[in-house]
Amino acid sequence: MTLTRRTMMAAATALALVPAAAMAQETIKIGEINHYKRMAAFAEPYKKGIELALKEINADGGVLGKPMEFIFRDDQGDPAEAVKIAEELMTRDGAVMLTGSILSNVGLALSSFAAEKGYLYLAAEPLADSLVWQSGNPNTFRLRASTWIQAAMLAEEAAKTDAVKYATIAPNYAYGQDAVAAFKANLTRLKPDVEFVAEQWPALFKIDAGAEVQAIERAKPDAIFNVTFGTDLAKFVREGGDRGLFDGREVYGLLTGEPEYLEPLGDEAPEGWYVTGYPWYAFEDGTPEKAFVDAYTAETGETPKIGSLVGYLAAVSIAAAIDKAGSTDTPALIAAFEDLEIPDTPIGPLSYRSIDNQSTMGAYVGTLALEDGKGVMVDWSYKGPDGYMPSDDDIKAMRPAE
Amino acid sequence: MAFLFAQFLTGLANASSLFLVASGLSLIFGVTRIVNFAHGSFYMLGAFVGVTLMEILPGAVGFWGAILLTGLIVGLFGAIVEMVVLRPIYRAPELFQLVATFGVILVIQDLALMIWGAEDRMGPRAPGLRGVWRIFDEPVPKYDIVIIAITPFILFALWYLITRTRVGILVRAATQDREMVGALGVNQAWLFTGVFALGSALAGWGGALQLPKGGADLLMDFNIIGSVFVVVVIGGMGSLPGAFIAAVLISVLNVLGVTYLPQSTLVLMFVVMAVVLIIRPYGLLGREEVAGEHGQVGAPEAPIRPYGPVGRSLVAALLLVLAVVPFFADRFLMTLLIDMIVFALFAASLHFILGTGGLVSFGHAAFFGGGAYAAALLVFHTGTPMELAFLFAPLAAGLLALGIGWFCIRLTGVYFAMLTLAFSQLVWSLAFQWRSVTRGDDGLVNIWPAPWLNGPVPYYYFTLILGVGGILFLRHVIHSPFGYALRAGRDSPRQAEAMGIDVKRVQYVAFALAGVMAGLAGGIFVFSKGSVFPTELEIGASFDALIVVFLGGVKTLAGGVVGAGFMTVVEDWLTRLEYWRLLLGLVIIAVVIIAPEGIVGSLQTLWRRIRNTGDEEIAR
Amino acid sequence: MTDILRVEDLKKSYDGFVAVNGVSFSVAKGELKALIGPNGAGKSTCFNMLTGQLRPTKGDVWFDGEKITGRKPREIWRKGVGRTFQITGTYQSMTVIENVQMALMSHHHKLFSFGPRAWKLYREEAFEFLDTVDLADQADRPCSVLAYGDLKRLELAIALTHRPRLLLMDEPTAGMAPTARVALMQLVADIVRDQGVSVLFTEHDMDVVFAHAHHIMVLNRGELIADGDANAVRNNPRVQEVYLGGGTLFKEAADA
Repeated sequence: MTLTRRTMMAAATALALVPAAAMAQETIKIGEINHYKRMAAFAEPYKKGIELALKEINADGGVLGKPMEFIFRDDQGDPAEAVKIAEELMTRDGAVMLTGSILSNVGLALSSFAAEKGYLYLAAEPLADSLVWQSGNPNTFRLRASTWIQAAMLAEEAAKTDAVKYATIAPNYAYGQDAVAAFKANLTRLKPDVEFVAEQWPALFKIDAGAEVQAIERAKPDAIFNVTFGTDLAKFVREGGDRGLFDGREVYGLLTGEPEYLEPLGDEAPEGWYVTGYPWYAFEDGTPEKAFVDAYTAETGETPKIGSLVGYLAAVSIAAAIDKAGSTDTPALIAAFEDLEIPDTPIGPLSYRSIDNQSTMGAYVGTLALEDGKGVMVDWSYKGPDGYMPSDDDIKAMRPAE
Repeated sequence: MAFLFAQFLTGLANASSLFLVASGLSLIFGVTRIVNFAHGSFYMLGAFVGVTLMEILPGAVGFWGAILLTGLIVGLFGAIVEMVVLRPIYRAPELFQLVATFGVILVIQDLALMIWGAEDRMGPRAPGLRGVWRIFDEPVPKYDIVIIAITPFILFALWYLITRTRVGILVRAATQDREMVGALGVNQAWLFTGVFALGSALAGWGGALQLPKGGADLLMDFNIIGSVFVVVVIGGMGSLPGAFIAAVLISVLNVLGVTYLPQSTLVLMFVVMAVVLIIRPYGLLGREEVAGEHGQVGAPEAPIRPYGPVGRSLVAALLLVLAVVPFFADRFLMTLLIDMIVFALFAASLHFILGTGGLVSFGHAAFFGGGAYAAALLVFHTGTPMELAFLFAPLAAGLLALGIGWFCIRLTGVYFAMLTLAFSQLVWSLAFQWRSVTRGDDGLVNIWPAPWLNGPVPYYYFTLILGVGGILFLRHVIHSPFGYALRAGRDSPRQAEAMGIDVKRVQYVAFALAGVMAGLAGGIFVFSKGSVFPTELEIGASFDALIVVFLGGVKTLAGGVVGAGFMTVVEDWLTRLEYWRLLLGLVIIAVVIIAPEGIVGSLQTLWRRIRNTGDEEIAR
Repeated sequence: MTDILRVEDLKKSYDGFVAVNGVSFSVAKGELKALIGPNGAGKSTCFNMLTGQLRPTKGDVWFDGEKITGRKPREIWRKGVGRTFQITGTYQSMTVIENVQMALMSHHHKLFSFGPRAWKLYREEAFEFLDTVDLADQADRPCSVLAYGDLKRLELAIALTHRPRLLLMDEPTAGMAPTARVALMQLVADIVRDQGVSVLFTEHDMDVVFAHAHHIMVLNRGELIADGDANAVRNNPRVQEVYLGGGTLFKEAADA
């Protein structure tokens, strides 16, 4: 009988005819949609970053004199489900704008939905270039440095070496393909005589690492560009290390230095790889970067991941935009996001470009080393996206007419 | 040559885990006829339990002891699952148990997340087996060699168990003929539990043995289940040597594919499966399924009749309520109802071939997603007006169904199911990989309705008319001579053929019609969401429909629609909660146990009991 | 009398095991002929080759002068050969009358019709067929609740729907009470007489066989060892050898 009653309650909840949002609005609500279960390892630190920012913002008096609140919803990693939830958040729950998603496809679905319905969507994590370029629209802003930018940073470093024969390995889906294309385009531009002797495309999270390593070794490249991550990366590093694939070869790893992927490797982290990542352990006291790491660690009892930083910056950006807009109307918020400047964030000043709605968040690059049985980035630096972007004209040409 | 040999060794090493997991699945299916989707979860459990034990137990003895122990623990867990979840529902309709195993997957996913956390675990190295040996100057990891050496012993042990012991004889007898074992006075329940435990243990060992080559993570259950099914099907369901040959075949081909056709990684094994099944419909070493071996479990379906006055009034009242929804409801309720109607039509189209036709398709999403993609591609690339592009959705899906059905219809039972799965994977990979046309998993975006339909209210009515119209049309067809012929071919193909019915042709047409209707649902879907991604073509999308059809009740006409409505509401509600997968899994398992005839079927039985009208009730 | 069915040198072997070995016989128009033999003699295999469920290894089958060897069951049915099975294969999810209606829909080429309600089609006609086999009072019961003997009669009604010129019945009275057997076979005999249908049937019950069959064939280990009228078969030494111990049955049947 309990089941029946529960089912009845479920039906009643879903079919409730009075929208809950009709009640007086005491907080400013932001709709957050993510794959909390399907990608728990990435979504959890991200959520904690948001919660830290919220705590700070609300301790400071909130936005427009009201507390800011995030409504977190799980979309199971399904774009269609995300769109449905977005509709509910905006029309029933009283959210003033949308943010969220790690997966690019969900981000693209939300972006298209936001543009059609006239909502605002801040894509915090998704990396796909097309989000702000080929499929860009005025209603979508993006925080993180895109695939193109990060690949261009690695290509710049690669171009400095003597290596001419490159092998690439990337998961067989849009992100991997975009990353390889961006690396090739940038490297070829900087060093026209490079040659790509092998392109490996393991299925995402189903890598046959032994075979991939053999195939790359067979092509005898001078250097390798790696886009695999997560369990694929762990298996690739292990097989490649055992079979000596990385001996005497430069390896460039996209995202490989991010704690999400580096920490599970433990003492098998591949030394000498040049990577993008997040060296939270190496910040100096007194810097805003270090202050964030300390605050986060104190609040959560955990060390931060890159997702923590992205979540934090997303919430901070939204608060700044609402303050600048002075209201929660979507057109005002969109106008506020264009050329929004936030002077003091953990990565220094952050702004959103009006040309393509992309933020100026950059990436940390450095070389992997082993310290105390853990992989760390050394000789790292933070690079902004300037100089790694296509020209403004190219971007305008890519973006659909607005 | 040395390189090829090294590649062959890599393939053999990969085959080891795959064979262990697949042999467990094959054993379970052979004896209990359960298609155990949770098998990948047992593999994942094996990995996590293995990692944990290896952290506790030191040294080489600890390592190998941990692996041994892992199998026992996972086997015990499997036995508990079998006794609690599956034992109550062996008398349910064919393949109904797979719904319960799906619930088990969800429960295990959340339990694993609770116990081991979200972060990936790198597998410990086997003590003393780090590094490589050089064979013909090619580096081969030491651990690879060791597991290549171990696998034949495992195969031999299993072979000995099955062919040389009394238990094995019983297992084989049960594989041939379940009733006979019962007649021999063997306690069938414990035989099933034992086999399920053994199968789970094998999956657990598979998960533990692969640790030094990989690790443990929360996605590995879904990531392996596809390949495991492929191996079992290629080898022939229920055949251990077949599973071994297929595991080696698939693994070696994969290695060669990686080297010589690096883009092939997504589809290679499904192509191999499709080819094998087209040439050998029962796998390499499988045997033909005897007709009626599966379908005749449980009470026979009651004869059907269109609704009487009461039923008609209820449906009319429901439709009336749906028709006036826009006058009092908010926008989101309409969105939710659109989702529900779309899913109900999709489920009804699957129910049409599954319930009425007896054709269990594991790949029905190919037509839903196919229709959605057909319309979206036209809009995206050619700017075709929505009205025209929309018509293309059912049309293209129907054509796709004609193409896929041409290969699949000649197969029966689980092999039919797996071939539809293979083809749907091919369609998925096409959408996923052919980026110049489909944009890969960036999907096709900005696919919105024509202006006159673009708003919650007009699109709601559009959906209501076409969706409900489609469902009613399918119902009408079920009551037509064609629907009867389809049912005749399901009830007794031999009798049907002997009275002039071309069963395969009837099924072929039904398959195409179901494709058209799924495509229609896909068309409505894509314009309501504004985008379509390869996720709509995934195995998961096919299984969603399969599960609601079973939950609603295969042997009832309203099963698909009611199941879809139930699931949409429950999911919408539960996903708001933290551990929604656990809860959803438990809800599914509870429904399965409480209502083994599905929701509608069990309500009918209850109703009959209340009215005490005996067993001659006619189904609505 | 001309032959409605002619079988020449029919053979079926599986992996070296010969189930039916070079059987030749014919069935005349209007004849009621029995095919008997001990278990495993190859009767059902033989039937299945006649109606297309099995493809013969060798030999040919002519129906009304037309070669039908290896044709599909449904094609043979369309030509006018009806069939009932040893284990009934009625449609469990339909009512009794719907089973007959289904056959009539096939007979009237309505299988790919999507318009009408199937349960309204040919109901009167189906009712008459049910009446013929005395099942009219059970027309609207679910087929799944019928007694075994009733199922056998239903199968007969189904087989009659397309007015076959030849009817093959595999163990038509198996599992029925003795009185019901007699009644059913009397019904078949009436049909043969009234409608000019030819019937070939297999049967275990010698009472039934000797009381009704015009001619009897005996199959043993895949070979036809006798073919003639009741007396000739009864006195055939090879038949007596096969049916050693069953001889009393023969005598009783003869006395009856």
